[in-house]
Parts: sequence; C-alpha cells; structure tokens
Amino acid sequence: MNVGVVVFPGSNCDDDMMHVMGEVMDCNTHKIWHKESDLSAYGSLDCIVVPGGFSYGDYLRSGAIARYSPVMQEVSKFAQAGGYVFGICNGFQVLTEAQLLPGVLLRNRDQKFICQNVYLRTETTNSALTNKLQEKEVIKIPIAHADGRYFADENTIKSLNDNDQILFSYCDAEGNNTDAMNVNGSVQSIAGIMNKQRNVFGMMPHPERASEDILGNTQGKKLFESLLAHLN
Amino acid sequence: MENTVSNKQTDASIASKLGLNEEEFEKIKSILGRVPNFTELSVFSVMWSEHCSYKNSITYLKTLPRSGSALLVEAGEENAGLVDIGDGMACAFKIESHNHPSAIEPYQGAATGVGGIHRDIFTMGARPIAALNSLRFGDLKEAHTQHLVKGVVKGIGDYGNCLGVPTIGGETYFNDCYNQNILVNAMSIGTVKVGHTVSAAADGPGNPVFIVGSATGKDGIHGATFASADLTEDSADDLPAVQVGDPFQEKLLLEASLEAIQTGAIVGMQDMGAAGISCSTSEMSAKSGTGMRIDLNKVPTRQADMEPFEILLSESQERMLIVCKKGMEAELEAVFDKWDLECEIIGEVTDTKKLEFYFNGELVVDIPSNDLVLGGGAPVYERSFKEAAYYKELQSFNIDNIEQPKDLVQTAKDLMASPNLSSKRWIYRQYDSMVRTNSMHTNDPSDGFLIRLKGTQKAIVASVDCNASYVYADPYQGAMIAVSEAARNIACTGAKPLAVTNCLNFGNPYNPEVYWQFVNAIKGMGEACRKFDTPVTGGNVSFYNQTQLKDKVEPVHPTPTIGMIGLMEDLSHQTGLSFQNAEDAIVLLGSNKNDINQSEYLKHIHQEKMSPVPYFNLEEEANLQNLILSLIGDNKIVSAHDISEGGLFFCLLESCMNKQLGFTVSANSSIRKDALLFGECQSRIVISCRKNEVDAILQAAKNMNVEAQALGSVTNGNMYFDELDFGHVSDFINIFDSTLPSYLD
Repeated sequence: MNVGVVVFPGSNCDDDMMHVMGEVMDCNTHKIWHKESDLSAYGSLDCIVVPGGFSYGDYLRSGAIARYSPVMQEVSKFAQAGGYVFGICNGFQVLTEAQLLPGVLLRNRDQKFICQNVYLRTETTNSALTNKLQEKEVIKIPIAHADGRYFADENTIKSLNDNDQILFSYCDAEGNNTDAMNVNGSVQSIAGIMNKQRNVFGMMPHPERASEDILGNTQGKKLFESLLAHLN
Repeated sequence: MENTVSNKQTDASIASKLGLNEEEFEKIKSILGRVPNFTELSVFSVMWSEHCSYKNSITYLKTLPRSGSALLVEAGEENAGLVDIGDGMACAFKIESHNHPSAIEPYQGAATGVGGIHRDIFTMGARPIAALNSLRFGDLKEAHTQHLVKGVVKGIGDYGNCLGVPTIGGETYFNDCYNQNILVNAMSIGTVKVGHTVSAAADGPGNPVFIVGSATGKDGIHGATFASADLTEDSADDLPAVQVGDPFQEKLLLEASLEAIQTGAIVGMQDMGAAGISCSTSEMSAKSGTGMRIDLNKVPTRQADMEPFEILLSESQERMLIVCKKGMEAELEAVFDKWDLECEIIGEVTDTKKLEFYFNGELVVDIPSNDLVLGGGAPVYERSFKEAAYYKELQSFNIDNIEQPKDLVQTAKDLMASPNLSSKRWIYRQYDSMVRTNSMHTNDPSDGFLIRLKGTQKAIVASVDCNASYVYADPYQGAMIAVSEAARNIACTGAKPLAVTNCLNFGNPYNPEVYWQFVNAIKGMGEACRKFDTPVTGGNVSFYNQTQLKDKVEPVHPTPTIGMIGLMEDLSHQTGLSFQNAEDAIVLLGSNKNDINQSEYLKHIHQEKMSPVPYFNLEEEANLQNLILSLIGDNKIVSAHDISEGGLFFCLLESCMNKQLGFTVSANSSIRKDALLFGECQSRIVISCRKNEVDAILQAAKNMNVEAQALGSVTNGNMYFDELDFGHVSDFINIFDSTLPSYLD
C-alpha cells in the first residue's frame, strides 16, 4: 500500500501522518503538494490522506478554499474511481466541503477550540478503518479542533444510519452516548463517518496522536492496522 | 522632498516626547554632527528604548552566567540561545514578554507575542517544536480580568494552533497587583541540526537585501501616534496601536524560511519584531561591521502614502529581512514564490558602516549602524536603588498571630477554590498541546513538560516558573527559588537541567525601590544558575509594568520568569507526578518546617499578604536535585512531584488525581498542622516507590545529605493525613475543575 499525504498551505499534521504511516506502520509514504494535478501513481489499493491543520488559514470557512485546489480535483476523481481517501480533522472538513462526504462541521457548541482525550464508541466494524476493532469497542484518542460539530439534515442522518456509514460516536468510558460527553455538540454524537461506497473516511479525532507507546497511548493505531489489513 | 513629518527638524522637546532625554538628544547630535530629522530621531528612539538597547539593565544582565560548554552561541549574540543536545542536534529557545499590547488588546497582543517568539527561533534556522507561556492576571472576580483572560487565552490558542506548534505547558497566577498591567510571557523551543543555523548577520558588501513575508502597514507605530498628533494637523485615527497577527502567514513564512536556508542562498536573516526594519537593518549590519543602502519605495506596503518613518518603525507582523548571496537571488525567490509570499529586493549591503535609507530618491536617514545598537553607541545606565520600605515591615510577621483553622478539611477545600491552586484546564484545553506527536506528558502528567526528539532516545524537558509573591517578599531569595523550582521540575521529570532563558518583568526602573528589586533578583538568579550550571542564554526585559491606583502608582510584583530546558538522556527515565499503584510507599525528600510564609494558604485563607519569603537554602536544594536524579537514574521510584503552592497536602492530592487513588500518611511531626499541610517551605519532593525500595532510598538520601522520611502508602480509598479523613479525591477534583469555569464560562 502506498500512502500519499496531501499538503495544503496551512496543513500542520502532514508531518505527523508521514511519521505514523512511514515510521510506525512502515508504509511507502509521500507528500503530495496542493498544486499537484497528477495522482496517476496511486491505485485502488493505495490511500490518500488529507491531514489536519488550517488549510489556507481556514479563512472563509474550514476547508472551504482547499476544495478548489488542483489536488482536490484529482482526489475527487481518485475517490470516484474507488481509491481510498482518509481525512482527519481539517481533512474531514475539506472532504465535506468537497462533497466527498455528506454533512458539515460547525463551530463547537461552546464556541471554543478544544484539545483533550475523548472516548469513542465503534459504530461499525464493517469498514477499512475499523475492521480490527470489536463491535461497540470504546477507544480513547484526542481531539483538537474549533469546528468539529457534525451536522446534517434528518434525511442524511437517516441514510448514514441505514447504510451503516457511521464510524465512531463520542461516549463515556463505558460506551454511553451522553450529552456531557458529546464534547462539541455533534448530531447523534457523530465523530466520524464514511461514504456509501465505503472508500472515503472522515473523522475529527486524531488517531495519529495515539499510536505510539512513548506517547502513552496506542489505541489509535488500531485504525491504521485495520487500513493495512484491508488494503494489503 | 516635500515638507513632511519625516524630514522635519527636531529639538529636545520632540526628543522628549519620543522618550529620549536631553542628554540622549545631545549624544545623537554629536554622533551625527548635526540635528537629526524626525525620521532619524524616531529610529534612535526605538533603538535606544529599553526593549532594544537594554540600557537600564545590561550592566546587571552581564553579571549572569552566560557561557558554558553546551552553549553554541553566547548570550545576546543571536536572536535566541542555542544549546548542544548531542546527536548532532541543537536546541534554540527563548522567552519574551508582550505585556503592554496584551493589556490594551488581549487577543492580538497575546497572539502576536506568540508569533514574535516563534520567529526568533525559526529565523535561526530551527523548527519550533514547542511553546510555553507564563501569564499573570489581576483579581479574577473583576469583569475586566475575565475579559483579559478570555482574550489572551484565545489569542495564544488561535495563533499557536494554526501555526501547528504545540503549546505544551505554562503557569498562570492571579494577583491584584496585575489588575491593569497583566503579564504575557511566551516561550518557544526549536531544534536544528548543528551547523545548519543561520546568523543575524549582513556580511558581504554588494549582497542584496530582501524583505520577505507580509507587506508593511501602519500598525504598531508607537512613537508615530504621538508624532502625527503633535507635529501635524492631521489626525492619527487610522493608526492602530497594536499589531495584528496572521498565523497562516506565519506558517507559510516558517516553511518558506526553513526551505530557503536549504538552498544555501542565505547569508543572514533576522525577523522583524520591535522597531521593524530599523532594528533588523541596524542590528544585522552592526554585527557584521557593514552598512546597508535601502530604498524605502521598494518595501511592499499595505497602504498608500506611507511616510518613511512609518515604513521604518512599522511593527507589521510575519516579515523577515534576508541578506542573500549575490548571484543566488533566483534560488531564494523560487522558494518564496512556491509559498506565495512577497519577496522583494529593497537594497544592498555596503562597506560604509552606515544605514542609508532613501525615499523618492532622497537620503532620509544617514546613521552609523553601530551607534544604534547595544554594545555600540546605545547608552548604558546604572540607576540608583534603595531597599523597599515594605521589606522591613514583612520581617515583623509572626506566625503565632495567625489563628489555626478548626476544620482543616474545610480549609483544604476552601483553599482549593483559590484560582491560583485550581485546575488550569479551562485555559490549556484551548491550546493544541499534542500536534507534532512529541508530547509525552499528555497521558502521564509530570512536573516538567516533555518533548521527545524523534529519531533519538532523548527528550527535551521544559518548565516556566516564577512565584512572584516570593520575589516580592525577598527579590534575592525569591529569584533563587524561581530558578530552583524550574530546575526541580525538570529533575523530578528525569532530566538534567541545561540552560535558562529569562523574562524580567518589573516596574519603572527610575523608581529606586523597583530597581532594588531588579538588582537583587538578578543577583539571586545568577547565584542559583551558577549552582545548577544552567547559563542564561538570553531573554527579555520588560520595565514599566505598573497599576494606576486612585492615589498612587503601584508596580507589579517583581516577576523574573524563568524558562528552563533540560535534557533527558534516556526516554526510560520519564517520571510522572501521579501515584500509580495502591500499596506503593510514599516518601518525603526534604524536611517540613513551621513555615507558612507567603503561602497561598496565608494569602487566600487569612488574607495576609505581608510575610517574608518561605524557608530556602540553595545548598539543600542542589543536594535534593542530585538525589532525585540519581534515584530516577537507578530506577528506584515510581512517581515524583515537587511541593510548591498549596504545600504538602496539595502535592499529595495532585499525585492522587490521575488514577483516582488515595493515601494514608503519618507525618509524625510536632510543627503546626496548618504549616505541615499547607506551608510552602522549599526543597521538598514527594515520591512513591515499591515498598521494598524504601530503605535503599532513605539510605541514598542520607548519603547525599538530604533529610527524608517514609510518610505512608498509596491506597484505593480516601485521603487520610495523620488520621484525619479528607475524603475521596473525586470530591476535590470537582472543586479543582470548576473554579475557573465558574468565573469564565
């Protein structure tokens, strides 16, 4: 599996993704500059990562400008052809703006940037990202965002539920979705989703920040292990 | 040139309004051999300000230890200190204040403070890997303070989060003395390969000078606000007093600058902070013994019709001055073009040793560069000082006049509700503390903040510390304690203290009592730094921090903030502050004293601010730190937490929080219970260890001349101190976490 990490001006988790996919997971990993307009080196068993950060300063709206960059036109084609695309944090915002994923990410309920560990309940194991997790398994990994409140209209939410497209929801240590633990106020406590075709993924929490013993937390690594298991 | 503000003739009265005294004005005239025009005088005024020249502090700063085998540059030589950390790597680090801008406009003031300190690091070629901050606010019950806290925290967060540098730690205190004059000190730490650093030099006459990054606007022109109002009939309405930050531009500038260094085209580089183009051109050319010829018309500006003095003094953010190797201009331009940043040649290095600024073809500034800078022509003063009147008054404090509380459990809870002891989670939750995936203390909190160095087995440990109440009570001892606490925090985490950067926040240096505080604080700081072999690599002086009361001006508490870094040679030495296992033994290193001086307990519970500094002995402190490092190196302990604000009880309590454990402790002491629980006498550490290690630890302490005693053990139950039941730790966590939100949400 080859991994490409998209770099927009203002991306700041690109190096972290390069490290975790390259050094920790031992994948063949490359950066893709935002002005790139040729992704023909990536095939249907490769993965393009859209990392966290503040693409184009998050001016106008998080992810709103990045979707018009040359590379995102190519990422869209790549996804439509069945290639795997994984957006984390700002990457999730970019993918919704690019309409590769449904819904939007609004300003957090309390209007503040929030950086902390959160508990996530695994909502499906039927995905390239969660196949190594157990049904309803609770994992603890961090978030760091100001615009993470997932929102979509009722029909979209129903369709996400009907098609088993929800990856994770915010919960407490025992796996209960409570209002207090729904840290940013997302609809149905949604923390991450995928598209109907199950090849484009977006989530606000940062698994790359919880994938090494030295950081005191390896629970995020299971997502990358799932990805490798699925694509290799 | 038309008759404008810039070429207007000056006199002593204009000089005085720009902050230059008569003697300084005469000196300028003798340097130039003529009367300066307004632009030249403005350049002198900013370059000879305390911020750039250190004129009232340098004599004493030079008494601090400024060299050591690990230092790669001497203090003051470059934009920040540079320390060898092995493996071919060096660490650049520095702390700086942004107090006055933050007091006026907390959001932008704090944000640009963060931006400025990171530029100091990456202008040397180092990538910033961590940020810390040290904040002082007034009474949290005041609406004005709440407004300032919210603005500062959001400013720091928005800037650092977008830039992608983790804000890994810091400290925040509240005290009435900062009601009007808050302190915002920001620290940056970066790493660079040895030999890949860039100097702030302007070598090679004929080399082109570039300005890169943002365009220059009319922001942050302090002297100019006065100028426009006083010298012309035009209004100064369009001049914002505070700089405006753009972290996205800074992120691009960071990446472009580091990439540009790799091309080999850069001779020298300096960021533009205070005094903008004036400062960077004069310091770079003075350092190299060269001059610069600059055409101000070529500087990209945001507004039309900017005057020369405005262009020269503008503190617009996210700009750099670069001296490029002649013939390699295209390589440099290609990098900045890739990052869509402005990159303009504005002049060249000369051998005239003068700054020559042209505007519309006319020479508007003609000043020998060396005469503008520290170590050159800038004035140096020693102010007179005398012991502060309050100092004697403090000595009359008698502990026997303080009544002991009857209900110590309730007292502990009341004390926990002090904003100074409460959780700072409301603040640090707004900072991205984990980006770059190096923060080792996220899931295992420790006294120092830990950044692993990828590709090595090492980590950098950092701490910022200053209990200003102690420094107020005794500037000499208090500054020693600030250094000691920083070193202790680093040692408790398992790292050897390496070097210091300081941010010296004081009142008006012309006030002899303030200058007495300054002189004695420097003396204590120097002594402690020599003891721990931690040279002071640089930093910043901020005078004139004061609060206007109804009938008088009250200086802030002397606040010489210490930013310290240490090196953990082996990641396995990482030691957290939390108890880990029930049944582990708890041991106190150091000894308790019948001392409640300047404790949070005395101030918050008894409302008594006038007491001497708590007990401190530098020799005992050094022995204690050697002991903890040796115990950690021998793998003898499970956790270590130093005793600071809140005393022994709060140290134990904090050790219980992460794993929701309890303790049963018998202190076996005859001193007052309140002093035992809440006193803040220095040089004490609480450790936990396996039961079978206790004897060996006590023996090691004896061998190293440190008093030590077994206190008891970690439990799964309530917190029992000398048979008094303080309840379950969760009761305290609720108070701990809810205090700041109760004021700020």
